Amino acid sequence: MVQLTLPKNSQITEGKVWPKPAGANRLTEYRIYRWNPDDGKNPSVDTYYVDRDDCGPMVLDGLIYIKNKVDPTLTFRRSCREGICGSCAMNIDGTNTLACLKSMDDVDASAVKIYPLPHMPVVKDLVPDLTQFYAQHASVEPWLHTETPAPEKEWRQGRGDREKLDGLYECILCACCSTSCPSYWWNGDRYLGPAALLQAYRWLIDSRDEATGDRLDDLEDPFRLYRCHTIMNCAKACPKGLNPAKAIAEIKKMMVARQF
Amino acid sequence: MAGAAERPLSPHLQIYRPMLTMMMSIVHRITGVALYFGTLLLVIWLIAAASSPEAFDLVNGIYGSWIGLIVLVGYSWALIHHAIGGIRHFIWDTGAGFGPEARELMAKLTIGGSIGLTVLLWIAIWLVKG
Repeated sequence: MVQLTLPKNSQITEGKVWPKPAGANRLTEYRIYRWNPDDGKNPSVDTYYVDRDDCGPMVLDGLIYIKNKVDPTLTFRRSCREGICGSCAMNIDGTNTLACLKSMDDVDASAVKIYPLPHMPVVKDLVPDLTQFYAQHASVEPWLHTETPAPEKEWRQGRGDREKLDGLYECILCACCSTSCPSYWWNGDRYLGPAALLQAYRWLIDSRDEATGDRLDDLEDPFRLYRCHTIMNCAKACPKGLNPAKAIAEIKKMMVARQF
Repeated sequence: MAGAAERPLSPHLQIYRPMLTMMMSIVHRITGVALYFGTLLLVIWLIAAASSPEAFDLVNGIYGSWIGLIVLVGYSWALIHHAIGGIRHFIWDTGAGFGPEARELMAKLTIGGSIGLTVLLWIAIWLVKG
């Protein structure tokens, strides 16, 4: 349900200001959400300073700088540093994106403000618990369903049908879209959210898939699909430039079209 | 995880940057709720008209006062804004208008259209009443 304020244990306090690196000319201020499961305190926002002459250009470079040179306890996920693994998804400068694809120079505010993906249980610092998000993805059964006997070589697909998967298959499941969606914030336990629905659509329009009807039956639900109110935060957040809102609209259209 | 503190909920509305389409969605909700109350005003007016000339004069007088007029202007704007928002959602239902430019343009047209039509409506009312 809609809850506009944070629970008591989640309210954010002012944290520590870490010293500026000595002898640095160009500094960028980082304000980062911290929460440690072991000290029993509320979350806080710590202030750090990154020496831009000793650091790469991206927000993730700054985080790695802080972890290596200022505060090794700072906890965040990262892996590929080139926007293909989806690990470093977080809320930067007010919107969800990948830290590795966001340049520090593109941050509008004077400080780089970083929070974990919104409205998620926090494991530590910038690491959210994505268990439910992955379970929702699994619930749309994101693999090929067929009835006909498997062909000798492969399931063939024409060029036109293959093109229908463009703009869908590129999703890296970073969760930027789902956790940007107010509908998902309020009803994330029952609404599947943009990422899982984009994947649902990816299999619905796959010409080789033979379970379209069953898939639509599973989604025909006031919450699982229809909590999408075209708020569009998902499409604006997607770091891969995909459009989950549009995919959801296409599913809604398929729901109507199959009645005739 | 025995012994570990209960996980906090990460901040959401408090920190998310306000997006035009997100704000429009909220305004669409608020105007939708406002219409219930506005329709109630209309019903009161009709019941008064059906009851007696005195009751009608009373309600008409309240609605014609400057506070009443402010409420009526708000109601008419909410109605027009919600109606244009409905058209916007209808366009989305066809699968169109999801692109980065289209969705922003449609949001701006909805605001501009609702304010413009409300102003026109009240100019027309003022002209008719003389």
